[in-house]
Amino acid sequence: MPADFNWAIGGEAGDGIDSTGKIFAQALSRAGRHVFTSKDFASRIRGGYTAYKVRTSVDQVQSVVDRLDVLIALTPRTIDENLDELHEGSVIVYDGERTSMQNVEIPEGMIGLDVPLKSLAEEAGGAIMRNVVALGAACEVTNFPIENLDSALEKRFGSKGQKLVDNNKEAARAGQNYVADEYDHEFDYDLDTTDNDYVLLNGDEAIGMGAIAAGCRFYAGYPITPATNVMEYLTGRIEQYGGHVIQAEDELSAINIALGAARAGARSMTATSGPGIDLMAETFGLIATSETPLVICDVMRSGPSTGMPTKQEQGDLNMALFGGHGEIPRFVVAPTSVSECFWKTVEAFNLAEKYQTPVYILSDLAMAVTEQTFPPEAFDMDAVEIERGNVVDDDTIDEWQNEKGQFKPHALAEDGISPRAFPGTSGGAHMSTGLEHDELGRRTEDTDMRVQQVDKRNKKVETAQEREDWSPREFGNPDSDQLVITWGSNEGTIVEAMGFLEEEGVDIRLLSVPYLFPRPDLSEEINDADDVVVVECNESGQFADVLEHDALRRVKRVNKYNGVQFKADELAEDIKETLEA
Amino acid sequence: MSSEVRFTDFKSDKQPTWCPGCGDFGTMNGMMKALAETGNDPDNTFVVAGIGCSGKIGTYMHSYALHGVHGRALPVGTGVKLANPNLEVMVAGGDGDGYSIGAGHFVHAVRRNVDMTYVVMDNRIYGLTKGQASPTSREDFQTSTTPEGPKQPPVNPMALALAAGATFIAQSFSSDALRHQEIIQKAIEHDGFGFVNTFSPCVTFNDVDTYDYFRDSLVDLQDTDHDSSDFDAAKDKILDSSKEYMGVIYQEEDSVSYEQQHGVTENMSEIPDGAPDDAMDLVREFY
Repeated sequence: MPADFNWAIGGEAGDGIDSTGKIFAQALSRAGRHVFTSKDFASRIRGGYTAYKVRTSVDQVQSVVDRLDVLIALTPRTIDENLDELHEGSVIVYDGERTSMQNVEIPEGMIGLDVPLKSLAEEAGGAIMRNVVALGAACEVTNFPIENLDSALEKRFGSKGQKLVDNNKEAARAGQNYVADEYDHEFDYDLDTTDNDYVLLNGDEAIGMGAIAAGCRFYAGYPITPATNVMEYLTGRIEQYGGHVIQAEDELSAINIALGAARAGARSMTATSGPGIDLMAETFGLIATSETPLVICDVMRSGPSTGMPTKQEQGDLNMALFGGHGEIPRFVVAPTSVSECFWKTVEAFNLAEKYQTPVYILSDLAMAVTEQTFPPEAFDMDAVEIERGNVVDDDTIDEWQNEKGQFKPHALAEDGISPRAFPGTSGGAHMSTGLEHDELGRRTEDTDMRVQQVDKRNKKVETAQEREDWSPREFGNPDSDQLVITWGSNEGTIVEAMGFLEEEGVDIRLLSVPYLFPRPDLSEEINDADDVVVVECNESGQFADVLEHDALRRVKRVNKYNGVQFKADELAEDIKETLEA
Repeated sequence: MSSEVRFTDFKSDKQPTWCPGCGDFGTMNGMMKALAETGNDPDNTFVVAGIGCSGKIGTYMHSYALHGVHGRALPVGTGVKLANPNLEVMVAGGDGDGYSIGAGHFVHAVRRNVDMTYVVMDNRIYGLTKGQASPTSREDFQTSTTPEGPKQPPVNPMALALAAGATFIAQSFSSDALRHQEIIQKAIEHDGFGFVNTFSPCVTFNDVDTYDYFRDSLVDLQDTDHDSSDFDAAKDKILDSSKEYMGVIYQEEDSVSYEQQHGVTENMSEIPDGAPDDAMDLVREFY
């Protein structure tokens, strides 16, 4: 169990909660501490409440927990919303001069620090810096060297001029000094620093960075929460490598623009969320039958329909596995952590080009908005390999032409993998279509050719199953009779939950599955275990369903669909209860 | 190589299944001739076809081609061109593909102004599904799904294009081979989105908008004093419901394509074997 510390700032949407939280997370990261952040939107009451939570430790942290040590409360509701997580000794920083906070009651056993955030900020140069005053106060409470906060402030405001940076530093010190002078309380928290260098990023950024590393040069998208950050990350960066980002008029267009770029030979992608993936499903079949390598990222959010756009859910698995009419060969990968968002994106591009299929990356909101620290080597660019598959050029094209010199883009190759000729290749002119076609890509309704082309496309999946490594990630005790299986962003939470379970004498084996199609055959593991629990953030247990189908055995399920990701301590209880049931 | 290219090089060995007399034959011939005449060859040409009778064109022409999802031909063409601006991109589809299911894309393709050519083979009917009203069908045109006519005005595609900021708007007639080819050529040569609405009569299901009708009613702008660089003159022609015009109706002479505006110049199919040399800088940004 890491000696962790949990901090949050909460208020109304528009209070600058996110940017303040990010600055504190950055300060901790620059101090060589690990960080795992989460965003909390109204969970109990409807309205504009929002909070940014930071869990930090000198050891790696990869989950949120149900505990809060220091809370900066800009509104009374922030305290109400977090009552369950606050505990005896928790510190609540608030501005008693704020009208709404004048009569605020600090729950018994907790320490209320009344700091005139706004007044101190005004003295330092502007009321807008009141949250930074609060950060300074937090530094004092946690015995955290304020120079780290300075460094984060420089990163955040440096481009806007030294004056603004200096004002913010002054505001932070005003908060720090106020607490030091006015309270002679001894606080229990000590945020040690280390010499480690960490980078701090979220899942959407990791996907965007993975795309550039993998040679993706073209992105077409339509803004949608929580996938927009992928597009925003690429914009301004991909151009430096000769690429381009285009904002389409809708998702129907976005996926087809991306498809066009892929037909021209670019590594191309689009990213969206549930409502957008519904529109894109129109084109899923075309991508597969025209054998176009395309990466489609679905950053899942709570559905159906508009659902809860800023809430977590893993509800689109069935859509990724089965979406689109007819039968569509495809690959579905699901990163299991922020760093894996990077690596699975790299892998998705290789799979797409080697097998000329659509590859779906299923990410989710919890990863998309989580800022997490990693050593930079976690993104070792030298380890990125690019495999483009069977691409022919002017010299090799004749191997794939018929006796009339016509190029065969859908040649019935033994392993199912036909050649690609990028437009511009001499003698490679050919057509591709969503109609069933022959080897030349021309429409056919010939019964034999239909069967051969369907089999050929499916053969690519079989070939990939043989050639690639589809293993799950394994944690815990490999000999345990109690098997927990999960996918997506839950991995880190369960790994931490295992710590809590261990304390209660419960010992589990965890398989975290990043490949959902093709997926590893887990029937042996499932049938050998006494109990099997499948953990996922949806109501019906979509992954549990496919595992039952694979293994022909019923499994137990832990599902959460209230819009909030699992928390390690809470999940430990759920797993224990489910195992015992 | 281009000097040796003949228009028949753009012809595939697949025999068209269009009805005898279909306007699409003439439309396609003009496209092939215009491509050859402008120095293109099948290996640097990408044709994107819509869905419908007109969408079969990708099969009958010889070039790189994609025949995709109904209504989405323009987005595909946009992606092809931006990923490799060296390619000549020609998008062809019908009035249903372009003005009904794809109308949203049409408007945005026009305003984006990517350097490609869009030929709409307009027969004012749905032919492949055997004769239903299209967005350009006349208000009183009786079909199996509109027994008393659509009772709504037809789309005026050129007005849509003009309102969306088009830089090239033209209309041609498949049966006037020479003029049709000339007009397509001008669209290809235009630096930006070259939009040509081509009347391509359906001899099977449309007995109103026939060859005879167009022959009798079309006014060729080259026989008038029309100035295609004059926006207001173009607007007047486009909104004139008493006549149908043929020729280049509007062309913005200093049109700047999307690619030029955004500095998109590279053939993006060429990438290194691994991550870019300075890729660790991307990681360090997150310190």
